[in-house]
Amino acid sequence: MAETIGFYTLSVLILGLAVLVVTAKNTVHSILFLVMNFLCVAVLYVVLQAEFLAVIQVLVYAGGIVVLYLIVVMLVNLKGEAEAHQDPRRLSVIGLALAGAVLLELAGILVYSSGSDAAVPSSEAVASPVQGNVEELGWLLYTDYLIPFEVASVLLLVAMIGAILLARREV
Amino acid sequence: MIDTIVIPLLKIAVLVNGVLVAVTFTVLMERKVIAWAQSRLGPMRVGPYGILQAIVDPIKLILKEDITPAKADKWMFTLAPILSLVPALVVFAVVPFGGDELFYVTDINVGLLFIIAVTSIGVYGIILAGWASNSKYPLLASLRASAQLISYEIAVTMTLVSVILTAGTLSMIGIVEAQQEAGFWFFFVQPVAFVLVLIGGLAETNRAPFDMPEAEQELTGGFHTEYSGMRFSMFFLAEYANMLVISAVVVVLFWGGWLRPFPNVAALSFLDFIPSWVWFFGKMFGFLYLFIWIRATLPRYRYDQLMRLGWKILIPIAIGNIVVTAVVKVLL
Amino acid sequence: MMEITTVHYTVLSAALFSIGVIGVLVRRNIIIIFMAIELMLNAVNINLVAHAHRLENLVGEVFVVFVIAVAAAEAAVGLGIILAFFRNKETVNIDEMNVMRW
Repeated sequence: MAETIGFYTLSVLILGLAVLVVTAKNTVHSILFLVMNFLCVAVLYVVLQAEFLAVIQVLVYAGGIVVLYLIVVMLVNLKGEAEAHQDPRRLSVIGLALAGAVLLELAGILVYSSGSDAAVPSSEAVASPVQGNVEELGWLLYTDYLIPFEVASVLLLVAMIGAILLARREV
Repeated sequence: MIDTIVIPLLKIAVLVNGVLVAVTFTVLMERKVIAWAQSRLGPMRVGPYGILQAIVDPIKLILKEDITPAKADKWMFTLAPILSLVPALVVFAVVPFGGDELFYVTDINVGLLFIIAVTSIGVYGIILAGWASNSKYPLLASLRASAQLISYEIAVTMTLVSVILTAGTLSMIGIVEAQQEAGFWFFFVQPVAFVLVLIGGLAETNRAPFDMPEAEQELTGGFHTEYSGMRFSMFFLAEYANMLVISAVVVVLFWGGWLRPFPNVAALSFLDFIPSWVWFFGKMFGFLYLFIWIRATLPRYRYDQLMRLGWKILIPIAIGNIVVTAVVKVLL
Repeated sequence: MMEITTVHYTVLSAALFSIGVIGVLVRRNIIIIFMAIELMLNAVNINLVAHAHRLENLVGEVFVVFVIAVAAAEAAVGLGIILAFFRNKETVNIDEMNVMRW
């Protein structure tokens, strides 16, 4: 019962804040709604017993990435007039229609596959010698997923160098 | 029902009020200590040696008129102080003030990460305050604050990784227990990390010598230039509550939390009559004094010096520290 | 009310994803578009975590870690591009981003 109420409250918050992110006139307001949205998603992760991801969500998304957005918005310092010019060839209605089509398609897939939800395949228990969410996640990352993990770190390094090169003023 | 809801709620109420009262007395302590450092007397009028100043000051701030500038973004202007105060209070939930279950609200398996994550939310308070004021000095301050806080957050988080490696757990209670098992405080094995966390903590709480976001001489008051009354005092509370957070975290991570010195040496067991929370608050008091002492001693950094210190000195040392800790941990 | 199953989480994820798609297709402020992309990545993450919970297998959560890493890289490079563009054209409107070089 508590889980049901919690889930619906969180869902309404997450979706409502997402709508506000997309519709807000002021970019800074939009960013604030995005932060609240991420915090709600973090609570949802706690409900799903993924404590480590919940904390990482707050730490990386809310505390890192979105602050970057905020800095950029303050550097370009726009208030409202960002979308004054509209390309006459742009057709927002078609955009909305396409998004609706995506939603319909996703709903179709869900309806089609929801019957098989009851049959949970017995997960191949990964023989991890450790207990606890953080420990098991770390174990997986450093054994089975070591190469993807290294690739991800190289990706971050490349992104860092790229960002510095892009943002640097021409000398 | 009582165990899961009533008692935690009571603890939270006591904790929040306790932190706020502690903050008012920390302010008084700061005024007194800085006055003594400068051969002054500090507040002397209200109560014996000015002790009641701690109560009079907040009352004065609450009674002052609360002004919202005409061109400010009203909602954001009100939200910003709340956003900076709430995270500072929330992190106390996982700080163990004593060995007994009575002295902490909860113990979660990602305690230390939780503290880092929640304090990183506090940045928004400062950034949004500067932006919402719609005034040039606060905006400059919030740009400075965002860059400074992000840079030093990286350094501090990197440093904490080596502590986590040493302790082998993320739970705050687990970290203290690891020190009990090891028989020494982690300060003795991680002195470099301790210094880095202390410097980074000063920068993250905007304390001197890193108080760039409010540098009075350059920015007239920084992000809270336009604030007054209750909303100003919330920023004030947040800054000092953050000071308490940093001292508590440093005590737990490096100075054995509620443990007495050398908890495994039997010769020192005559110290056991002192309750655990006295050790904790005693150590916290020492660090608060250290913070104030540093403020009274050091001049403010320049902005480029601040950035150079963060990115070119602290972060490389922190990474080196992780490597050394990992190698030592594997070899032993 | 009925019990919360994985389907509920999947529906939430699909709705969030669609809101992100609408944001990308309808808005013209490139910063908002980036935020809509973050929303879509979050929708994917919710889906992965919900299924990891259902299957009691942490592989889904491992992928969320990778998604967050990619999101961080995307934000850094994307915002770098926005700044470089803004320095040249003084706008963040994507309808005016119609030249490949200048």
